[in-house]
Amino acid sequence: MAIKTDPPASAKLPPDPAGVQPPRHEEGIAVTVPWHRTPENRATLLGIAMFTPAVLFIAVLIGVPFVLAFVYAFTDVKVGSIESHYVGLENFRSILQSPSFKKALVNSFIFTIISQVLVIVGATILSVALKDRFRGRGFVRFLILLPWVAPISLGAIGWKWILDSLYSVINWVLVVLHFYKPYSAPMWLGEPHLAMASVILVHTWRLLPFSTVIMLAGLTAIPKDIPEAAEVDGAGFWRTLFQITIPMMLPIIMVAVLFGIIFTFTDMTVVYVLTAGGPYDSTQVLPSLAFFTGILAGDLSQGAAISLFLVPIMVAVTYVMLRLAHKSEIA
Amino acid sequence: MQRGRVRIFGYEVARWAVLAVFAILLAFPFYWMFITTFKQTLDLYTLQNNPFRFNMSPTLEHLKLLFQQTKYMVWVTNTAIVGGIVVGITLVLALPAAYALTRLTGRWGQRVGMAIFLTYLVPPTLLFIPLSRVIAILGLQDTIWAVVLVYPTFTVPFSIWLLMGFFKSIPRELEDAAMVDGLTRLGAFVKLVIPISLSGILTVVIFTFTLVTQEFVYALTFISTENSQLISVGVPTFLVRGDVYYWGSLMAACLIASVPIAILYNLFLDRFIAGFTVGAVK
Repeated sequence: MAIKTDPPASAKLPPDPAGVQPPRHEEGIAVTVPWHRTPENRATLLGIAMFTPAVLFIAVLIGVPFVLAFVYAFTDVKVGSIESHYVGLENFRSILQSPSFKKALVNSFIFTIISQVLVIVGATILSVALKDRFRGRGFVRFLILLPWVAPISLGAIGWKWILDSLYSVINWVLVVLHFYKPYSAPMWLGEPHLAMASVILVHTWRLLPFSTVIMLAGLTAIPKDIPEAAEVDGAGFWRTLFQITIPMMLPIIMVAVLFGIIFTFTDMTVVYVLTAGGPYDSTQVLPSLAFFTGILAGDLSQGAAISLFLVPIMVAVTYVMLRLAHKSEIA
Repeated sequence: MQRGRVRIFGYEVARWAVLAVFAILLAFPFYWMFITTFKQTLDLYTLQNNPFRFNMSPTLEHLKLLFQQTKYMVWVTNTAIVGGIVVGITLVLALPAAYALTRLTGRWGQRVGMAIFLTYLVPPTLLFIPLSRVIAILGLQDTIWAVVLVYPTFTVPFSIWLLMGFFKSIPRELEDAAMVDGLTRLGAFVKLVIPISLSGILTVVIFTFTLVTQEFVYALTFISTENSQLISVGVPTFLVRGDVYYWGSLMAACLIASVPIAILYNLFLDRFIAGFTVGAVK
């Protein structure tokens, strides 16, 4: 689009430092400028033209499938089916009766809550240890970040080898230390409770670096003189930590938790690679069950109904995040 | 004074102990990939051997198998092609949008930006079922074009958000001066704002590329043929033949793909974190 720059009527006015829109016209000049020619409206029009492609793209490829997920959940659509019918709550009725679904629902909460608690505790400790500048900090940070920055499916494969039923290095150590006799060491991914623990720990391993660097950003933003003043006033390390530093970090810990919940509750990569939900659904979570039902078994409508159970968590996180953003806008 | 010095020494010891424990726990799998890659098969599968060291001479057999008898290089190439195209799409969509929302649309630009960012929270595991049908209708399943189409749905929102933070830090006076000198608003954006935002653009390029290599769910859902795989799905699914795991080659495949991505990501990490923490950190 061609945008002519005949000097706007307001050009002779001094530039407004506050960024307030300049007046539309000077007094005394007859106003015949059409609406779309005034400088601020032209800027708005150009702005709309510039962000529309991105918004359209997002609306079509996120908005439409989002709506379709709801539509599918109330129909009987299958892979390859041409027409589909409205079936009301039938899909929900049948998944609520399925033991796999109940298992997956409970597991999703266990998976999310335990791994988030571990991540937050670990990330708090680690971020405090990494806070100050010291020799070798860059290298230590690189090592600590590896699980987050490497593709997770590949990291999980590494763990599958470490937790192998026969050649597990962990078991080798346990046998050498005489905790177990050879060939009787635990099958990490083969026994229900151990498999769940393994999946949780690998996911914690993956998310810990992410939360750590987010908290580190929060820590470095705390003005240095506040904790220092507390120490001068006689507060020890622990008191400063628990009464000054951690309370000041709370908003940033919130951000880490919110992203952590989303990245955990809706993820299936670790489960899929390590156990594929097994043994006997003992590590099945909602996203993996939705995948197995909707994609592998081809039952799109039931799969969609299962994945809709992710929506309440998503909405709750979004709500809290908006509250946080709103607060910081006011502050 | 003596007591103070002891205390500082105590902090240092505690700090290094904490860091050592975490660094070992977090980096161990990558060390394990490394040592497995170069061990002879017999060495790997002899339970009496100490697994932490080479009991037989190191070997390149797993790397040879990986590069000569699997489609690994095809997957690496596919990933690079998809990454390149998605970077292009992301820049074309996100750059103008981010500029418009920071400069041209007034107060509600920030709100729209926030709304766009929040779409980043809509998980792939909610969208993949409807999208799989959309992809099937478009006839894109089992081609890399399926993920080329879908990946910008998460790279564009985050990139817009990152770039908005970046454009905000450019003083308005620069553009005003350029426009007084006769450039149009669009001209100022293309000739002035983009060149001085190069480091922000580079961040988006790296970020987009690493996200593409890390993505798993969509690639698993849309592509099932061996020749169209990306690394993240090809390695865990196609390098396993039947129930046989070629652990040496598998670990080599993981290591080779992980380390360069990790190094790239690490270089630009501070900017990504700034994107996640906007609003909460002042």
